[in-house]
Amino acid sequence: METKSVMIVGVGGQGSLLASRILGNVLLQQGFAVKVSEVHGMSQRGGSVVTYVKYGDAVYSPTVEKGEADVIISFELLEAARWAGYLKKGGKIVTSTQTLDPMPVITGAATYPTGIIENLKGMGIDVTAVDALSLAEQAGSAKASNVVLMGVVSKKMDFDEAIWQEALNQCVPEKFIDMNRKAFALGRAAE
Amino acid sequence: MKKLMLGNEAFARGLYEAGCRFASSYPGTPSTEITETIAKYDEVYAEWAPNEKVAVESALGASFAGARAFAAMKHVGLNVAADPLYTASYTGVNGGLVIAVADDPGMHSSQNEQDSRHHAIASKVPMLEPSDSQECKDFAMLGYELSEEFDTPVLIRTATRVAHSQSAVEQLPRQEKELKPYVKTPQKYVMVPANAKNRHVVVEERTRKLIAYAETAPINKVEDNGSEIGVITCGAAYQYAKDALGNKVNYLKLGMTNPLPCKLFLDFAAKCKTVYIIEELDGILEAHAKALGIACKGKEIFGNIGELNQVIIAEKLLGQTPEVTAYPEQLPIRPPVMCAGCPHRGVFYTLAKHKITVSGDIGCYTLGAAKPLESIDWTICMGSSVSCLHGFNKVLGEQSQNKTVAVIGDSTFMHTGLNSLVNVAYNASNSTVIILDNSITGMTGHQQNPTTGKNLKGDPAAAVDLVALCHAIGIKRVRVADPYKLSEMEQAITEELAVNEPSVIISRRPCALLKYVKHNPPLHVDTEKCKSCKMCLKLGCPAISMKDGKACIDHTQCVGCGICEELCKFGAIGK
Repeated sequence: METKSVMIVGVGGQGSLLASRILGNVLLQQGFAVKVSEVHGMSQRGGSVVTYVKYGDAVYSPTVEKGEADVIISFELLEAARWAGYLKKGGKIVTSTQTLDPMPVITGAATYPTGIIENLKGMGIDVTAVDALSLAEQAGSAKASNVVLMGVVSKKMDFDEAIWQEALNQCVPEKFIDMNRKAFALGRAAE
Repeated sequence: MKKLMLGNEAFARGLYEAGCRFASSYPGTPSTEITETIAKYDEVYAEWAPNEKVAVESALGASFAGARAFAAMKHVGLNVAADPLYTASYTGVNGGLVIAVADDPGMHSSQNEQDSRHHAIASKVPMLEPSDSQECKDFAMLGYELSEEFDTPVLIRTATRVAHSQSAVEQLPRQEKELKPYVKTPQKYVMVPANAKNRHVVVEERTRKLIAYAETAPINKVEDNGSEIGVITCGAAYQYAKDALGNKVNYLKLGMTNPLPCKLFLDFAAKCKTVYIIEELDGILEAHAKALGIACKGKEIFGNIGELNQVIIAEKLLGQTPEVTAYPEQLPIRPPVMCAGCPHRGVFYTLAKHKITVSGDIGCYTLGAAKPLESIDWTICMGSSVSCLHGFNKVLGEQSQNKTVAVIGDSTFMHTGLNSLVNVAYNASNSTVIILDNSITGMTGHQQNPTTGKNLKGDPAAAVDLVALCHAIGIKRVRVADPYKLSEMEQAITEELAVNEPSVIISRRPCALLKYVKHNPPLHVDTEKCKSCKMCLKLGCPAISMKDGKACIDHTQCVGCGICEELCKFGAIGK
């Protein structure tokens, strides 16, 4: 199988590491060769962050470059736009509709762009936009947006739900598992 | 069953399986998780040292005592530890000694882009370079074999994309290693000139033996795909090359990048019409190949700045570029910022307000250089804020001494800032140093340090009393201020700058991201009272923005630190 590339993008602190670990765990359970490339350190402090997940028969480079991604999972709308150029032709975006103003917008040096979803669709991208923040709050914590989005993504990938549940068990600390299961279920039911 | 592991986690697993008993490190992205992971194994004693020099010397002592020992650091950390490294090369080891050094091509979280292979060459120590997680584990184990066989410390170099990428790793049981008895051998361990002269001869002989080993070492692999094109590569660059070029070329993949083999290079090149050298940062493999008379191309194609990737390689060597559709509009950038509730914010706001020249240091608070505070004037390396300020004030005297401060975090202060502060006191510069004590090593992801009262394993430990310490080295004026109280911080800074003697302000408030820190409820803006003056935006808090012409606080980010509440003249911000 040709190597597939997924990018998980968002703002530092939104929980992309957990999302990438859940997805990586699912893919490993499916018997794929998997590489997950994370970002730590400086950029985690509220900056634009990206995690790469690649899988297939053999994976070499852990990174994804422009024009290479099959799917982008975005926790924030502006970040979906920022990384959209990394998609292949025919690529998909699953994004939260949450918006977080970056510092240039806060200081007034720039404005937060409008019409992002329309523009993405205009680029020929298959866009799924979900209010993951509200669903996460409904599940019990705004922090669970990441797992809501994994629920949305799980419907788009051809793997048994049981495998996703097992990945949740392995990646989420026990005291948060019920809340995250709820978040995942709300994501699966969304759209 | 195979498990997905970060390169750093796999590295720790390899150390564990090889019977490592002792680990001492200073955190540094992208190396930190090796030591955090190894601390979870009860069989291994693991600690955070105040700095990398202390870590390597402690590991060397553990090796003398007969244990397999380890130290980890980021690339710039090896500069700090270079002193013991270069002489440990002469003494050699008793128990195996492995030192991990993590480079950061692309500078994701670093102040420079140095290539640590130069340290291996200069210190005449062998260096291994894994390219994925399984190799991190295997090479860590091999590192101990080589260290003991060749009587040398072994450096293992990773890079961000190896250290922070997960791939599948096979886990095996630990092999317990008995302590090797320590035997007093001054001619080997006491590096006075008479002994060191003899040891240098031993080092050169060792290098000859290591080159012979490198010629046939299983980790220096040839992949012959019957091509006329040969690629010589190592580390992460190998993965990028495989991704771009697949089986269209032959590979010489070097798992050991110091010392380099000669015959292996020549034999490989002899079978190829064209040879490319694909390596990140400096052209070290290329210089070796060219010195052997091999016609090859490397840096002239790829340059020596930043990370490589598969697209660059495919474009340069195959002329292929992926089809890219760009987003139709220019988008605002999203640089990293100090978190909502960051205790450093109140300090930098005050420094910016008074237009103070700020000598910066390494940590989260380097973000005080970012917009809108733009408070920091320079940042060099760990500990440098205090010593740079000293020199600056000595030269400019009255022109600068009441308008300048150094800022340094608690962990960075203990790393190398303390020596610099001793110099401020001893050589009496009229300097004011602000220790940003957030009770943790922040940027690298919350590691304990000598001021926090806990050790790496989370157990209670002696805590440095910063106030008493500053007094003890001769600083008379030492005070503690709370950065969540802007007026208190402002008073401390203006008063300490006004006096003509060295002074220290300890800005004390734990990092808002620490799990034990209780957050206040988020604050709200009373839109009736808000006059849209945008004063609160000057704080550069990511939770505050303008919505419909009025200030607005994002309740998912706000931790109720209250500095915007204090700043608002109209009482528009409250609970």
